[in-house]
Amino acid sequence: MKIEAIHFGEGENDSEDRELRFDTCQSLWNQIKLETEQIQEDLNKQLLDNLVSFLRRSHSDFQEKKTEWTCRMKSREIPTAALVLGVNVTDHDLTFRNLSEALRNNITPYIALLEAKDCPGVKNLMQKLMGQLMNCSTDVVSLEDEDSVQVSQNRIRCSMNSLIDWYKSVTKKTDSETLSKKRTSSSRHQQSPPVVVIFKDMESFTTKVLQDFIVISSQHIRELPLVLIFGIATSPMIIHSLLPHSVSSLLCIELFQSLSCKEHLSTVIDKLLLTSRFPFKLGEKVLQVLINIFLYHDFSVWNFIKGFQLCIVEHFYSQPLSVLCCQRADAKKRVNSLSHDQCENIRRLPSFRRYVERQEAEKQIALLTADNFLKETTQKLLEDLHVYHENYVSVLRCLHVFTCSLPKYPLGKQIRELHCACLENQVWETEDYESFLQLARMLNKSDLETMLQQCVEILVSSSGNEFDKAIGKLKEFLTQFHKLEAEAFQEQDVSVSSQKELQKKTDLYHLQKTLLELKDSRRSKKLTKFEMLRFEVVDYIDSLVRNYLVPADHKTLHEIVYFNTASVLRGHLNAAPRIALHTALNNPYSYLKNEALKSDGGSISNKAPDICIVYKLHLECGRLINLVDWLEAFSTVVTAVEGPNADAASSDQVDDIIHARFIRAVSELELLGFIKPSKQKTDHVARLTWGGC
Amino acid sequence: MRRLSGKGRGALEVKFVPDEEVLKHIADDAGIKLRKDKAQPAVSVKRFVKKLENISDDEAQEILEEKDYVAALGICAQDPVGNGSSVSGGEVYSFKSPKRSSRLAELERSSRVQQRNKKKEFVSTTPYRLRKRLAAPDPYLESESEYSASCSEEEDEEDQKEDNTVLSGQKTPAKTKAASTPPPGNTLAKKNKENKMSNLVEEYFEAHSSSKVLTSDRTLQKLRRRRLSQQTLHDLLKKAPLAYAAEIKELNQLHESLFSKWMLQLHLGFNIVLYGLGSKRDLLEKFRTSLLQDSVHLVINGYFPSITVRSILNSITEEVLDHIGTFRSPLDQLDFIIERFKEDSSLELYVLIHNLDSQMLRGERSQQILAQLSSLPSIYLIASVDHINAPLMWDQAKLSLYNWLWYETTTFSPYVEETSYENSLLVQQSGSLALSSLTHVLRSLTLNARGIFRLLARYQLENKDNPSYPGLSFQDFYQQCREAFLVNSDLTLRAQLTEFRDHKLIRTKRGADGVEYLLIPVDDSTLTDFLEKEDEDV
Repeated sequence: MKIEAIHFGEGENDSEDRELRFDTCQSLWNQIKLETEQIQEDLNKQLLDNLVSFLRRSHSDFQEKKTEWTCRMKSREIPTAALVLGVNVTDHDLTFRNLSEALRNNITPYIALLEAKDCPGVKNLMQKLMGQLMNCSTDVVSLEDEDSVQVSQNRIRCSMNSLIDWYKSVTKKTDSETLSKKRTSSSRHQQSPPVVVIFKDMESFTTKVLQDFIVISSQHIRELPLVLIFGIATSPMIIHSLLPHSVSSLLCIELFQSLSCKEHLSTVIDKLLLTSRFPFKLGEKVLQVLINIFLYHDFSVWNFIKGFQLCIVEHFYSQPLSVLCCQRADAKKRVNSLSHDQCENIRRLPSFRRYVERQEAEKQIALLTADNFLKETTQKLLEDLHVYHENYVSVLRCLHVFTCSLPKYPLGKQIRELHCACLENQVWETEDYESFLQLARMLNKSDLETMLQQCVEILVSSSGNEFDKAIGKLKEFLTQFHKLEAEAFQEQDVSVSSQKELQKKTDLYHLQKTLLELKDSRRSKKLTKFEMLRFEVVDYIDSLVRNYLVPADHKTLHEIVYFNTASVLRGHLNAAPRIALHTALNNPYSYLKNEALKSDGGSISNKAPDICIVYKLHLECGRLINLVDWLEAFSTVVTAVEGPNADAASSDQVDDIIHARFIRAVSELELLGFIKPSKQKTDHVARLTWGGC
Repeated sequence: MRRLSGKGRGALEVKFVPDEEVLKHIADDAGIKLRKDKAQPAVSVKRFVKKLENISDDEAQEILEEKDYVAALGICAQDPVGNGSSVSGGEVYSFKSPKRSSRLAELERSSRVQQRNKKKEFVSTTPYRLRKRLAAPDPYLESESEYSASCSEEEDEEDQKEDNTVLSGQKTPAKTKAASTPPPGNTLAKKNKENKMSNLVEEYFEAHSSSKVLTSDRTLQKLRRRRLSQQTLHDLLKKAPLAYAAEIKELNQLHESLFSKWMLQLHLGFNIVLYGLGSKRDLLEKFRTSLLQDSVHLVINGYFPSITVRSILNSITEEVLDHIGTFRSPLDQLDFIIERFKEDSSLELYVLIHNLDSQMLRGERSQQILAQLSSLPSIYLIASVDHINAPLMWDQAKLSLYNWLWYETTTFSPYVEETSYENSLLVQQSGSLALSSLTHVLRSLTLNARGIFRLLARYQLENKDNPSYPGLSFQDFYQQCREAFLVNSDLTLRAQLTEFRDHKLIRTKRGADGVEYLLIPVDDSTLTDFLEKEDEDV
């Protein structure tokens, strides 16, 4: 058994499924990880293609007309790609990895990735650069040369000249290689491929280092086809604020924009959560926590996925029945082989209890006593749950088609907001849904038609087979709309004639009268056919919603696939250490469940732990605290409880102990960062916090 | 005439009025006003409100005024001070109770009136400030207040209002209602919240506003027991029973039940950080003994005052990876470690760091290196933090490298080990470390050099009761050394002193007269011990 599997699961009673659960968990996570990587790759494809073509272009002169490029290079401009990546710095690593891989495959083996923290000076930068370049050249250089390269790397003086020498030797070698045997690995690259230097975090580099490097390398651009790529987190303006004009004029900058992290997140949610591919689901609160961390803390999709991983682990760890959280076919088998304990676990699920209560008496007994019958029912219920998911996703998308184009977005602009709203409670009971219906009843015909068309497409492509009727119905609506078009001519005539009548009358009194009449007639007029049809459509969508978008926690056995303990997640990912410290110091009862510690809040309880007393006393002080006074206050508070017992003889002893306790508490407060020694006045400490934490 | 000026603004009527009559009218009117004030204070409310309405031209202003009014009413309800009975503003102005004054200050801050007469300082709530202000009445109050022209009395607009509201609150509640709209329930609550917020801010600036600190001048010197040595402190604390041992044990058991979960999560690529009050050392130690016995692990006592990242890296390369050799920089060393761990997937290392936020490890570079180390898939990091501002050490990039899972483990256990190294104010430094280093260094020196040092030490001990002892001046020292046949020129002495200084045995400082003074920066007791030991040797 692997070490992870040993530590899987809380109690001892579910040891049999432990390994299975762990394996399920791991395979699920691996699938999801692959999927997310795939998503990122797909999303970055456009960007990478653009970059690759830019690099191809950048040194085409250098490769083709070796004699003539000098005229172009007179300007000494270094081709530069400014890559605006957004503030989610943590996600950039993956992008850069993809980028360097793509470049290595298509353009050049000579790529150096530089980070600001490695390059405090130009010398370090050159060192790092040459180290990376010469290492990567080894895959072109044959194996026996490797050692010599390794050795020389340490010895070579890190200068541009040695870099150029190296480049010349390497390209010569590959040239001869390509001549001798045409089909080598280097044939993918052009002749004399460019050297690409990627600055991962442009903003953190010191200006001087960047400037120096650019100026130096621009001197040598004739011999060395260099291309720079700047990774930028903020805005392209930063280049100009970092580099003076004299330096930035040496660059020939082209701007590339990666897609926004919000779009990335939407895609991830779309592909991971709104799909029936993965059996594991997130509950509403959990999803909300993850989204909030994303929106309010870091904008990092990577962290979102990490949080998702934690959810998976937590779910499989804490829920013994999660063994059933797997693909349909497996789940059936696993239900059959459930142990008695696991059956009991099922019976204990709240949603299952509710289900049982709804059954007839004899069925209830069977469910609660016969394991086999229970297993059969569980299979059926799991199947139901699965079908529910498939339908849920399709209908959710249909609903989103409607909501996302309405003014003011009553149910949210993004599908994730709609998803959360639907998971939270019955969406049709909310006010927002009410306003959605009202707005939907005012849609115009062309919009309505395109939306219906989209819905039909969604439903057709969905895997559920319950939608045949729905598709038929929607299609029928569409044909009716088409029919309306023919009838519309007549209506137009009518309206035109009334308009004409209106125009004829020039008398003010008559005009007013006719307008009033028109208004009255409009109010009482029977709805047009289009309006009738529109009502029908909206009502039908409403019925679909009520049918399929039931919140998950109304479903039986939802506990098996839904992870819902948001508090755990928040505690682990978005912890509040200051609050924990403050609570512990202010109200020790919340941790130490002793009745003596129950306090009314304001006063300083003398029964509290020493550090709490000292802390509360220090809260009453100003910027500086006199240690002697503090000690006195402390001993007053402490002896208030022991006072009557301590007799005069042993008071000296007690005082010593109190003194020692005080010293300990004060140095603990110092360790916690509440106070620090101050030199302003003898025997004083300075307070470092203000107000509540 | 009176009828005209009193009632009709709209009606225009031209009439000849002799000067005497005008004069008489003015005098008469004022007299009545005064009399009215004395006799029937409630009327002034009405008049005042009317006046206010005349003055404030925008409605928002009015609402604000009303809010103040409401807030002032709240004060009345809470604080029925006897001020209401007297009408004169002067008495209100004197702020009889500090509580009231602070309320007034808050009231004023939230009102826009303050904007108009910005220079008035009402911010302070300390009686000290008030006293100062009362001693020197603010000239702005009269000269800059827009209202002073319209007010017949010599008092501040605010105070008058306050006065009036107090009055109406106590005597004529019906009229108050008529004058101001009844408060919507939440405005008051909201106001309170704002006040609370501003109180926090205020508290901070209050503390930092003046460089003068108002604390007593007592010092530990005057106490009978001034400082305890580390040892006695330890012994004394042993005698003191640990409070709530049972509850603390319960807490610990709760945390210990998480051990296997930690193990799992460490293996899944997360690292674990523990926070919460109380030493987490024992907990981590227990984790180590119960689960990590058979695996390679490294325990780092971050609280140790001389721990460095380099020493951590060294112990990894030397003891875990069995590598002999040195590295040019920690970054090289880190690269080497990363390389090795990537090459050999069977290598696994658990790193336990007590106090990741300690003084020595909290630096940006140290954290960067540790973060990179922890991001390796086969290095499992579990650390504890205690400082309230510990999370500020990490930016997004480091956080993503660390990949923390936070666990709250409040233990309430005393920080015995963690605080034992701290140079606490109250703990006497034993100096045993200094003593051993002294003897160690001295032993490697020549006999003459030792003599020189002894000479200096003796002289310092002779002067130990002189609190303003500046040290031994170089010239005197040279003279004494010559007399003892220890040196023959001041150059040799200087060479010796350089050696001492390199080993941090002495400190030089220049006095006011430009003379160089020499000092041994060691405790007197340590020095005595040292001399005794030396004498034994010799």
